Amino acid sequence: MSHTSPVVVPAPGKTEWDGGVSPMNASYGKLMMWFFLLSDAFTFSALLITYGLVRSSHAAYDGTVENFVFSQAYWPIPEKVFAAIPFFHGLHAPLVFVGIMTFILIMSSVTMVLAVEAGQRMDRRAVEKWMLWTILGGICFLSCQAWEWTHFIIGDGVVGANLVRNEYGPPDFADFFFFITGFHGFHVFSGVLLNFLVFYNTVTGVYERRGHYEMVEKVGLYWHFVDLVWVFVFTFFYLV
Amino acid sequence: MAHHAEETTVTVLPPDKERIKKLWQVAGILGIITLIEFAVAFLVPHELKDVRVWTFILMTIVKAAYIVGEFMHLRHETKVLMWSILVPIVFIVWMLVAFVYEGMAIGDVRL
Repeated sequence: MSHTSPVVVPAPGKTEWDGGVSPMNASYGKLMMWFFLLSDAFTFSALLITYGLVRSSHAAYDGTVENFVFSQAYWPIPEKVFAAIPFFHGLHAPLVFVGIMTFILIMSSVTMVLAVEAGQRMDRRAVEKWMLWTILGGICFLSCQAWEWTHFIIGDGVVGANLVRNEYGPPDFADFFFFITGFHGFHVFSGVLLNFLVFYNTVTGVYERRGHYEMVEKVGLYWHFVDLVWVFVFTFFYLV
Repeated sequence: MAHHAEETTVTVLPPDKERIKKLWQVAGILGIITLIEFAVAFLVPHELKDVRVWTFILMTIVKAAYIVGEFMHLRHETKVLMWSILVPIVFIVWMLVAFVYEGMAIGDVRL
């Protein structure tokens, strides 16, 4: 690096495009992250909407909720499938566990946005703290999901669930469960890795030397998007 | 290379109390809406399917608006950026309507 050339330090949290003009008043990386997330939204929509198509093409359960039994003849009521929580075997607690997972993900979204806020005022210690909480939230969510999958696959009956058949309803039901929550879970997993990378770079002072914490904002956008997708998965897979 | 010469002094600004308070408020709203969803799931009987489904959809959209608008900061970006992201969503709406309609038609043929 030449010591004679003046180093232009942009305002905290702001970077400029090479041409010196920032279209839409956003940095290149941030804009591209937005467009990537838009395309990712299409992918998730395709999965969820196809779930809607396949579900509405199957027969719905007509009887009362109290008398509901699992059958291949109709689509199951989700709250009857997801009614278990760890350490309380046999307890019927519909949707409680998935509610806890939703809460964990919302909280980790809050800690992420607090990390972004801290980065914009160059507070390294605060960024480290909030990134750690965010990573912890992500790991908690993934652990919950691992338990949920295990419970779903083993099941309470003899069959459990796999891609070919399941004890809860038509094969498509389990297929969509694996693909939608699996695809989302993989996003969470990648998000945890990216968050760790940002945490590592913060601790080693990479962003402090760079003069801005924009990486935190970009990865933050991704992390909020993962939370956003979960809001939709929660509604359309578990509630409706 | 003289590393010490390159170390720049960093000015750490104090926390923006107003903004942090606002963020926690948004988190609170998201939490409350989720609790309401739970209440609807357990208190509104399954026979009122339309009421349940539309409440869930409406609340999901409200939650999504808060996440995208406040957490992802889209509401405070320039208008062009905001609409560049929001307008393509119409394709998703179209797909939703078309596919669910098609699904019901398939169901009618099967039965």
